[in-house]
Amino acid sequence: MVEFLQFTLSGAVFGMVYAAIALSLVLIWRGTRLLNYAQGGMAMFTTYVAIEVIYRTGSYWAGFAVALAAGIVLGAICERGVVRLTTGKPPLNAVIVTIGLLILLEGLAGILYGGQYRSFPAAFSIIGLRVGHTPIGVSRFDVFVAVAVLVTTLAFAAVFKYTAAGLRLRATAFNPTIARLSGIRVARVLTVGWALAGLLGALAGVLVSPSTFLYPNSMDTIFVYGFTAAVIGGLDSPAGAVVGGLLLGIVLSYVGGYLGTQGPDLTALVALGILVVVLMIRPDGLFAGARLRRV
Amino acid sequence: MSDDNGPAALRVDGLVAGYGEVIALDDVDVTADTGAITAVLGANGAGKTTLLRAISGMIKPRRGRVLLDGADMAGRGPEQMVRAGVAHVPEGQGVIAELTVEENLRIGMMSLPAGKRRRADRGAALEESYERFRPLADRRRKLATTLSGGERQMLVIARALLARPRVLLLDEPSLGLAPRVMAQVMDLIVRLSREHGLTIVLVEQNARSALAIADHGLVLNLGRVVAAADAPTLAADVALRHHYLGF
Repeated sequence: MVEFLQFTLSGAVFGMVYAAIALSLVLIWRGTRLLNYAQGGMAMFTTYVAIEVIYRTGSYWAGFAVALAAGIVLGAICERGVVRLTTGKPPLNAVIVTIGLLILLEGLAGILYGGQYRSFPAAFSIIGLRVGHTPIGVSRFDVFVAVAVLVTTLAFAAVFKYTAAGLRLRATAFNPTIARLSGIRVARVLTVGWALAGLLGALAGVLVSPSTFLYPNSMDTIFVYGFTAAVIGGLDSPAGAVVGGLLLGIVLSYVGGYLGTQGPDLTALVALGILVVVLMIRPDGLFAGARLRRV
Repeated sequence: MSDDNGPAALRVDGLVAGYGEVIALDDVDVTADTGAITAVLGANGAGKTTLLRAISGMIKPRRGRVLLDGADMAGRGPEQMVRAGVAHVPEGQGVIAELTVEENLRIGMMSLPAGKRRRADRGAALEESYERFRPLADRRRKLATTLSGGERQMLVIARALLARPRVLLLDEPSLGLAPRVMAQVMDLIVRLSREHGLTIVLVEQNARSALAIADHGLVLNLGRVVAAADAPTLAADVALRHHYLGF
């Protein structure tokens, strides 16, 4: 029972990171019908920015803040400088462009920072917490990870629901033609969407890197799990992205924990299995809306 | 038209527009007088919708001018056109189904200047809109997808009006509506023109209904204007009606 609790909690923490990546993918998908394959690369790059700031200033929080700001800037630059050029072109162009962007960012990180594994500091203690004498499988830093993603997700939800900027983003995502005819500057809104996605990716990068080390390809696996979470939840559903991330994190934690030494090797296979099963039962994801299914 | 009835709110001169290789509008002239209803008629594929799209900036004209109160606006995007006072209600009851009725209406005010005082103005405008379109007031928190066809049409017109336009472009507002609801929508269009002085360009498949409420009309065929006159004159032209309007 204690093991079950430990695996569940630690899985939920990783699941929150997958959720952040999934949410960033959903943000871009809803606005542009484009899967951003560079999202992991963007997160990796901003994490390198964070580590440089941390080394130079000695302040974790300075690095954390600069990474988030860098995520916003990088997201906006990618949209305006690269992805916008594919507007009105066949969808495959945009796919190729984001893959190219991923290769560019990973190559650039290798050139600038080297290819070696680098450890990334954690904001809080990574020693497991205990209730009485029983370890519960999560550390203070894990709690911080969960709270940071949760707060960010709730803040995003509030902005989307209750502000004019959020309404612009939703209107553009649901019907860009009507949005334009209503005077919404859709191109600008899309840039904001990419910037917010960049912020979420940067958050995921700095939160997961203490557990995974940092190297130019370090976010590839996280991206794959985040992508899987987004598809499980439904690419159109922010709530689905969060639930998909949590679900995947917890299941993979059980696999890694209960299957002994074989477990860690099986996690990717299990993630693929979950993806296939969900797509067979609900092709548009668990949280796909009725409108989407009717089409 | 404008020479006799006062200044034109909107004039289109020698407009050429199309999609790829296809020329959908070829040297089209339109004059919409201030406060009048101008019906744009013609068969499917005549270029009616393209005309509205070219005026509102949804597509870029290849040649010609779109004069709004004398200023050439050709080539401006829809975001600029709506700020300049041209609201376009596209065909197909263009509500955003995933948003509530109130959110759909608030989108209509996105082109208005921001600011604290403006916020109060926007609240008042919203209430005014609910006064004018009563059925929407009761459903303000409901998703737009739950509305009937007539209510949806009401919502898209209400949304367009919240942008405070001087010129309203309506594309097939009666499409898919029951006859009784269609009559209500036509009545609403007349009131907007007569009581609020709005200049309306009305694209309609139902030529008989459109000419019944319009002041002027023009008939498009394969992207060219084949007739332009006062609405009663067009309605009385039997040959024109048989050839191009189907009644």
